[in-house]
Amino acid sequence: MNSAARLLVATFVLGAVTACSGSSVEGELLVSAAASLTDAFAGMESAFEDANPDFDVVLNLGSSSALREQILEGAPADVFASANSSNMDQVAEAGEISGEAKIFATNSLQIAVPTGNPAEVTSLEDFAREELLIGLCAEDVPCGDLGRQALAKAGVIPSIDTNEPDVRALLTKIEAGELDAGITYVTDVLSASGSVEGLEIPAEMNIVAEYPIATLAGAPNPDAAVVWVEFVLSEKGQAILTSYGFRSP
Amino acid sequence: MKADGSLGQRTRRPPVLLVVLGSIGLAMFVVPFVGLLARVPWSDLPAVLASDVVTDALRLSMVTSLMATAIAVVVGIPLAWMMARLDFRGRPLVRGLVTLPLVLPPVVGGAALLFALGRRGLVGESLEQATGLLLPFSTWGVVVANTFVAMPFLVITVEGALRNLDQRYEGAAASLGASRWTVLRRVTLPMIGPSLVAGLVLTWARAFGEFGATITFAGNLQGRTQTLPLAVFVALESDRDTAVALSLVMVVVSLAVLVGLRERWWKAL
Repeated sequence: MNSAARLLVATFVLGAVTACSGSSVEGELLVSAAASLTDAFAGMESAFEDANPDFDVVLNLGSSSALREQILEGAPADVFASANSSNMDQVAEAGEISGEAKIFATNSLQIAVPTGNPAEVTSLEDFAREELLIGLCAEDVPCGDLGRQALAKAGVIPSIDTNEPDVRALLTKIEAGELDAGITYVTDVLSASGSVEGLEIPAEMNIVAEYPIATLAGAPNPDAAVVWVEFVLSEKGQAILTSYGFRSP
Repeated sequence: MKADGSLGQRTRRPPVLLVVLGSIGLAMFVVPFVGLLARVPWSDLPAVLASDVVTDALRLSMVTSLMATAIAVVVGIPLAWMMARLDFRGRPLVRGLVTLPLVLPPVVGGAALLFALGRRGLVGESLEQATGLLLPFSTWGVVVANTFVAMPFLVITVEGALRNLDQRYEGAAASLGASRWTVLRRVTLPMIGPSLVAGLVLTWARAFGEFGATITFAGNLQGRTQTLPLAVFVALESDRDTAVALSLVMVVVSLAVLVGLRERWWKAL
């Protein structure tokens, strides 16, 4: 073996050793949470870590449907917080949750438009205007499913220009002014206030999204998972969620 | 490494450790494809492949990746020539900028494109006012995203080939009375031919598989901007069979092109 090959081997072995020791950190808690929970769970994470300094909360954020697939394919996670029941139900049916899923928050829909509302959008009716650039979440993502339900209730066939992979991606394009309007959650509009304006969707067309949370059967850290879920359901956890625009169930 | 004369003799027996590590490396490429193949819904495959989601995505991917390659030829080869033949200050910076899309996460590239060429972007706003052309959420947007991410492969390969080309051949042809066009056609192009083709293949393959910049810049709409990789990504969450079938299409098409061209041109790399 020449010296270059030796160096290569040494680097490889060193890398492998470092990687192993890195993954054995104790008290790591993996929380897979819906993209719409990004800010609220970040706030929750710092409060939780203040109260439990031994735990390191790692948030895995994405569309609930993507997270569901990860869990069903065996990706390690301790807790799953979904933006709708159907994704949670599929995980539960596969026997991947331990105990019962509990609703911990509700959210409702709003029309999001860029600041100043350049396209003068006023209601869901405007989603049929072909000259506008309209974005929704993809059909299988909760916000996309709920948004389509609201449009159906309003009797509007939308002229869609893009189906974004999750609500944050949709919001980003509205913030940038590249889309004229989209349907997101109230909480997303709140988190992006300043660069996005929210227009109310009347209650008879609006859909209330219920967020279930559950500890997972394959949790690498089941005790911590239980503590986290209790924290989310506690008065303090609920207060944090409310401050980000969610409602208590 | 060759300074120590005894090294050459010791390598006669294949070093076991290297073979083992190399095999692990190989397994990292093979295992995922085996996993994919194990999930292919073979009996439903014809029906799934005939669905409009699949045919739309395949057609769009073919059209946009070929257009991106064509654009790379038109503007990328002159750029490679400038970098190889013109002596100007800031050439290292130019080379860095050209290489940047190879290193950057494509999502960052897509965001940069959005901020530059979006309708509120630096260039995009005037582009829309002047021509009415709106790149985001359009098929042209996909072509632009593909070109941005894939063109460096062509520029870098052709630039390298031009720099290694002994300019005396071109000089000799010119001194014998060949016009610039003749020199390019009869001397330069044939000599860099293999690299050029290899660069074209890499560029096309990268464009064909582009995901991050496309979804960030051009969005995702079936028939307009939803290329094969985007369709796979969306289908993974809704319809596993379609996702796997689409993935299979991508693997087969890419492999066919890479293996098919290998015998003739690939060696140039």
